[in-house]
Amino acid sequence: MDFFLQLLVNGVCIGLLYGISAMGFVMIFKSSSVLNFAHGELLALGAFFFLALITWANLPIFAAFVLTLIGCFLLGFLIERFFLRPLIGEKLIFVIMLTVGLAAMFKGMILFVWGGDLHNYPKFLPAFLALRWGSIYIAPVYTATLMISLVFLVLFGLFFKKSSQGIYMRSVADNQKAALSLGVHVRRVFALSWAIAALVASMSGIVLGIINGVNVHDLSSIGLKVFPVVILGGLDSISGAIIGGIIIGLLETFTGGYLSPSLRDVVPYIVLVFILLVKPYGLFGLVEIERV
Amino acid sequence: MRRFSFHPCGNYRENYAQELTIFETDYGRISMCIFLLLLFFATPFLVSSYMLYVINTIGIAAIAAIGLNILVGYTGQISLGHGAFFGVGAYAAAVLATRFGVGFYLAIPAAGVVTALVGMIFGIPSGRLKGLYLTIATLAGQFIIEYVLVHWDSVTQGTMGITLPSPRILQWEVVGDRPFFFMIFVSLVAMTWFAVNIMRSKYGRAFIAIRDNDRAAEGMGIPIFKYKLLSFAISSFYAGFAGALWAYYMVSVTAEPFNLGLSVEYIAMVIIGGMGNIPGAIFGATFITLLNELLRYITGLLMNLGFITSSGLNMAPLREFVFGLAIVLFILFEPRGIAELWRIVRSSFRLWPFSY
Repeated sequence: MDFFLQLLVNGVCIGLLYGISAMGFVMIFKSSSVLNFAHGELLALGAFFFLALITWANLPIFAAFVLTLIGCFLLGFLIERFFLRPLIGEKLIFVIMLTVGLAAMFKGMILFVWGGDLHNYPKFLPAFLALRWGSIYIAPVYTATLMISLVFLVLFGLFFKKSSQGIYMRSVADNQKAALSLGVHVRRVFALSWAIAALVASMSGIVLGIINGVNVHDLSSIGLKVFPVVILGGLDSISGAIIGGIIIGLLETFTGGYLSPSLRDVVPYIVLVFILLVKPYGLFGLVEIERV
Repeated sequence: MRRFSFHPCGNYRENYAQELTIFETDYGRISMCIFLLLLFFATPFLVSSYMLYVINTIGIAAIAAIGLNILVGYTGQISLGHGAFFGVGAYAAAVLATRFGVGFYLAIPAAGVVTALVGMIFGIPSGRLKGLYLTIATLAGQFIIEYVLVHWDSVTQGTMGITLPSPRILQWEVVGDRPFFFMIFVSLVAMTWFAVNIMRSKYGRAFIAIRDNDRAAEGMGIPIFKYKLLSFAISSFYAGFAGALWAYYMVSVTAEPFNLGLSVEYIAMVIIGGMGNIPGAIFGATFITLLNELLRYITGLLMNLGFITSSGLNMAPLREFVFGLAIVLFILFEPRGIAELWRIVRSSFRLWPFSY
């Protein structure tokens, strides 16, 4: 029973991480329908910026965090401006392959500067965040993750429901032409959504880095793990990303714990195929209806 | 004897049959013959054995890239699992050759057929999905096949890999780069011929109709699911065939090379070469393979330079970066690929000096 509970808790913790990594991905898809294969590299860039700021520049944690967020916000802006804007209205495969190419470029750059080794942040989270309940132990960073993901969920929920920019984004996602004719500045919406997505990605990268250490290969493989998560939750639903993440996390830890550890990495993709066959738009995704 | 026709200065086609011809003029037919003669009777005897190895790898990559171009460029179904299908072909050939003692002339096509069946299984989601959902489904297929190749120990021998016997024709063993050159390039010519002709048939037209507008194609009476599956089968047949050739050429097979990176490389070949263009796939395969070799050479060179090793710079990531950059630049500046550049160069010669 203890084993089961520990697996359950671990699963939820890992799932929260997946969920929080998937949020930025969903942001981009929601506003510009771009499938971002460079998401893992965006996570890694954020994590490495933070690393550079606290170890090389010796900035205090809080300042480094804020600077990383600002830097990644700008980076997202630039990526949209130089690489994705020329492709508005182009075929799907070009957009997908462009992000694949960007992923290779970013990965090459990170490997060039920081190498493929595992780096670690100095410990800075306060210990009182750790939870202990009977034999079950939750590390402080997971509590922090839970809090961060809740805060972001509420913030994004409010942003998309209440703020005018959020409503513009939803309108662009729904129908680009109609939004354009109603006076929405579509290009600004795209730029903003990439900037926000890069910001969210960098933050999740930092969280992942605190838990597993910072390593390009690990972080970019998380970028691919995001696919089952977002398909399960629905490609354009942010709360779906969190719930999908938790389900995938539970699935992984339970197969790892009860069936076989090697099956653990492939189970999400097997589930992914079944979801696509049964319910392609996921649990909370918007069903696209095509009319002739 | 009729007169040789050269390139006309405009479009003088009068019927559909003229539109469908492979070689517009005798000039094209003659230059193709000269090219093939040079390829088969001069190249393998003139170049160094390292160059021959590179040329052979290009040939194998070109076969797989043509297959992917049929699926991506002509039918419009984006697949991120081509590298895995290539691996299935390699393993199928290896298992057939070692377990069942099948000769290579049978094992290679049989590996293609096995891969075609696997490809059809992973093509089933295309009945319900399209666009990016299908892409994600093939991505999942890539990971699932990779897992099976590594963990199905009783057949694939896991991480140990399988060593193949060298192919033999009667008493004569096919070993070394030169005999393999003929094996690979005869297959490549045959496969290219088949691909070009299938695109001129009813099937090719159906594929193109599905790519351009699947709902309209269905409305015109094309059973789209059947044709999508067929396209998956043909494309994986090419991948499996190429994989089997690769397995024989490399002698031993392990699951490592057949990862997502290989699938991405094949899509890059198709895009850089030119989508929906058979020669384009060959151009793309040449470009990517040469780029890989060139970067390997340059990084090797840079590693040995004194000031770089002493400053502790690692040059290996250069390959990754330049590969990504090539994809991005082609998509941004010439999305129709090298085939389009080649057409522009040719037509500027043809129309010279009045190129407007």
